[in-house]
Amino acid sequence: MAEATHEVVHRHEAPKSFIRKYIFSLDHKVIGIQYILLALSAVVVGMLMSILMRVNLSWPGTHIKIMETLFPTGAPGGVMSPEFYLSLVTMHGTIMVFFVLTTAPQGGFGNYFLPIQIGAEDMAFPTLNMLSFWVTFVGFIVLLSAIFAEGNATVGAWFSKLGESFAAGSGTVGPIGGWTGYPPLSGLGKVAGPGQGAGVNLWVISIAIFCVGSLLGALNFITTLLNMRTRGMSMMRMPLTCWAWFTTAILALLSFPVLLGGGILLLLDRIAGTSFFIPGNLYVSGALQPLHNGGSPLLWQHLFWFFGHPEVYIAILPGMGATSHILSTFARKPIFGYRAMVFAIFAIGGLGFFVWGHHMFISGMSPYSAIAFSVLTLSIGVPSAIKTFNWLGTLWGARIRFTTPMLFALGFVSLFVAGGITGLVLGQTSLDFFFHDTYFVTAHFHLVMGVASIFGMFAATYFWFPKMFGRMMSESLGKFHFWITFIGVYAIFVPFHAMGMLGMPRRYANYGEYEFLKNSRSLVMFVTVAAIITVSVQIVFYFNFFWSMFKGKKATDNPWEATTLEWVIPSPPPHDNFAGHVPTVYHGPYEFSVPGAANDYIMQTEPEGAS
Amino acid sequence: MGRLLGIAIWLITIASVWMFVSGRWWFPQSISEHGPRIDSQFMITIIVVGVAFASAQIGLGWVVWKYRDTASKQRATYSHGNNRLEIVWTLVTAVIFISLGIMGQRVWASLHLHSAPPGSYQVRVVAQQFSWNFHYAGKDNVFGRTDPKLIDDSSLNYVGLDDADPNAKDDSVVPTLAIPVNRPVELILMSKDVTHSFWVPQLRFKQDLVPGMAIRVHFTANKIGKYELACAELCGMNHYKMKSYMLVLPENEFNELVAMPQAKFQARKDELLSKYQLPQY
Amino acid sequence: MSAAAVTEKPVSVAYGNRYRIGAWLAIASILMLFTALVSSYIVRSASSNDWVPIGMPRVLWLSTSLILISSVTIEISRRSLKALDDAGYGRWLIVTVVLGLGFLGSQLIAWRQLARQGVYIATNPHSSFYYLFTAAHGLHLLGGLVALGYLVLRTTKKRDTVDGELRRVGAAGAATIYWHFMDGLWIGLFLLLFFWK
Repeated sequence: MAEATHEVVHRHEAPKSFIRKYIFSLDHKVIGIQYILLALSAVVVGMLMSILMRVNLSWPGTHIKIMETLFPTGAPGGVMSPEFYLSLVTMHGTIMVFFVLTTAPQGGFGNYFLPIQIGAEDMAFPTLNMLSFWVTFVGFIVLLSAIFAEGNATVGAWFSKLGESFAAGSGTVGPIGGWTGYPPLSGLGKVAGPGQGAGVNLWVISIAIFCVGSLLGALNFITTLLNMRTRGMSMMRMPLTCWAWFTTAILALLSFPVLLGGGILLLLDRIAGTSFFIPGNLYVSGALQPLHNGGSPLLWQHLFWFFGHPEVYIAILPGMGATSHILSTFARKPIFGYRAMVFAIFAIGGLGFFVWGHHMFISGMSPYSAIAFSVLTLSIGVPSAIKTFNWLGTLWGARIRFTTPMLFALGFVSLFVAGGITGLVLGQTSLDFFFHDTYFVTAHFHLVMGVASIFGMFAATYFWFPKMFGRMMSESLGKFHFWITFIGVYAIFVPFHAMGMLGMPRRYANYGEYEFLKNSRSLVMFVTVAAIITVSVQIVFYFNFFWSMFKGKKATDNPWEATTLEWVIPSPPPHDNFAGHVPTVYHGPYEFSVPGAANDYIMQTEPEGAS
Repeated sequence: MGRLLGIAIWLITIASVWMFVSGRWWFPQSISEHGPRIDSQFMITIIVVGVAFASAQIGLGWVVWKYRDTASKQRATYSHGNNRLEIVWTLVTAVIFISLGIMGQRVWASLHLHSAPPGSYQVRVVAQQFSWNFHYAGKDNVFGRTDPKLIDDSSLNYVGLDDADPNAKDDSVVPTLAIPVNRPVELILMSKDVTHSFWVPQLRFKQDLVPGMAIRVHFTANKIGKYELACAELCGMNHYKMKSYMLVLPENEFNELVAMPQAKFQARKDELLSKYQLPQY
Repeated sequence: MSAAAVTEKPVSVAYGNRYRIGAWLAIASILMLFTALVSSYIVRSASSNDWVPIGMPRVLWLSTSLILISSVTIEISRRSLKALDDAGYGRWLIVTVVLGLGFLGSQLIAWRQLARQGVYIATNPHSSFYYLFTAAHGLHLLGGLVALGYLVLRTTKKRDTVDGELRRVGAAGAATIYWHFMDGLWIGLFLLLFFWK
């Protein structure tokens, strides 16, 4: 490998104290792991909440002793109240979308591997990087405090002292507006019902804090990628993971501020008596509300979804990048259509800014704009299809090695197709008449966001674990985890489409009130059984993850025979990644099975002419 | 492992397609004039979706089966792609998707881009946490004046009807929606407190009720009967039981009903609710 | 395939680029925040009949002048640094900071004037936006002042490495871009609040 011939831009001493090494670290690798650990914790809370929801839906009215002890107000006699259920819906969505899907793929794996894959020593702004994690962490703590503010009488009483809009202690596990928090329901305060007090304020504040953390991170990612690529690493030689992280960061940079703006307006409506979203002459809970006038509930929806749609692409693009990367590696073939893939990533990201209205077709907004949004929405299917074709093209003529990361990457392709294809149904205005706010929508977004995205993260974890921790995860446990989870998630979410066909509305605490839903019973039970099994099996993953960190077989530098820069350095990498040597890149990222080459892979740093 | 994965993907595909094709879980029967057009648009869409889904999954299953690594010494095919193929499949996909998109606007346009036809029967709908109020104009066909300041749930003035207005005398406000069969109906949708949504699956029609707005929608129901009405926008703790009924009545029964004053209207509609049965599910 | 020729950039340019890119990205992000709020302003002004624009507090003419001048002074400061006039750079930087503080002071005066007239954040939608815009802008300006304050400190306690010095130069360039943006943003908000419609 060529020796460095120019000065390195920035070198600092490796930190020595425990706090500087593992807590307030400036090292992008430590920060990446911190994000991953945050996501791993948050997802447990999210999954437990979903199981509680499934149990309530399947066996309504069941007494659960522990619920009675923990939540005497929200689940009196151990039976979940409707508002308790709705708080689970809200917190499950908020925790999963923000603290799992918007942390691990970008802040976790992106932080760890973007600098290394482009040949840099660290991110452009290491201090900012550390700040972005800790701000995100504080956001998570504030969100969890919403659970206690509502769920615990003592904590609730304390918050209630802060003022009218901070009334708390309703006994639920947090606010109950859904993760979408539409006003006026979310803007009126406790007069609109239980779970509308302090929990909502804390929820808004937590999301605002999260926005700031994300923005700091996005700024760092883009600057790093534009400014710190090593010699020979042109943009078109970057791994697709880097393109995905880049596009995701641009989406985050431009969409999170809009959510922040909306959140500030909502908070002001709640605590300062403004009327951005709340119209006048509202008669709530038996009395006319004198405080507000002239606001527009639709304005919130526009602001929220202008953010909300790019957000779902933020959740999935890194998974797409990882899938492309991992598929190519284990197929021993270059990615099919690298340029088309880059184009598709940009097209998805760019178009993603112009389709937010498809969440609002029947909201009361202009039916003309609905038509425009609809046609644009269906056109996003095109770059998504391009990516799918190219993944299949990568596998055609391949020599596939079925390692655990590869299985999850293949699973991603299957699940992305399954989830994405129903976008063609939901994106049409005429069909949305029926499907809006039904389980058909829930099926769609869970398959793409909740499952395909997670599979991308699993694939990334199994793939990069050896590099991060210097040890291999257990292949047998990994394969077991894959099989049960893959079949399990299909078993959970495909039936949701059928529920949607019946017309089953979302966010119902109980389905027993309606005759037209009576044929859903078998579906509901089937899903619950599948969910309990699938969630339980994740224990195997957690065990594998933490046990292998200490007891796994020692990993070599390049156990997968991959080509990109992270496999050039030791496992785990030294503090400054390349130990002072500036890597020089001579090849593209996916040079597998090159005719005439000695091995079936050529590292990006392998000098010209060497075989 | 490759063969196992291929088989698993194919089995999942077959099971998923069966779930739709079996017809066990399908839309309840359409009762509106525009309903069949939506159902046929859905059929076209789901067939396209189903074919795309099945081919992609079958293709995936096939490549993981056929191209699994075996002991043979041959390397994978070295290829960076095929530009012509990219262009072809991009264009084909674009044509199919965008055509679907444009086709999917037709029913929407017919309902939303045109006002209700003249002679439509108007009902004002006022939603609240957690019930529905339907305001009928009565024999004089003029709605009495309403004022939010006059709303008083405890005295049962749910929509703020102004008793001083002579037009209000024959108005009725009841929790059930009654509409005539085979005659266009216009609903004027409003909300007292938070956002709700009007949802009768058989109508193939959904619309949010937004506080501060009066949203007009129109449709024609063509099957007599009793149908459940549900709320389809999270509105608080009892969202799941914000329930009511829609009666689609033969012309003479309907005309007789809506000419009645409040108390008689209330009693008669209860009779009709017992008379008509929900569809068989 | 030949090795791609990537020209080596001098270290100072690399740092300058890095901070400059960061500044532009921050500007893009903050602009999106204000775009969201401005769109809300426009929508809200049309959504009901209670839109009564407040009278402009006269002191805002002072605010505007102060911030315009501060853009001039920070530009002088930046050019001094480029011309290697370290003393000039430091001096004009301090002037800019003082002007910036003056701007914030005048904003507080405007708030107090309005409060004395009984105009608060919830008085009417226009006043809500007034307080919101000025608070959001002021907060971001304060952030910029903190950055400038840091740069002022660095003029007296220079770093003793080439690396550190070059970072200082890069940071000064980036801070200037950000400051001009704060100025332009104020002008935009000022015009929107009091001269639009």
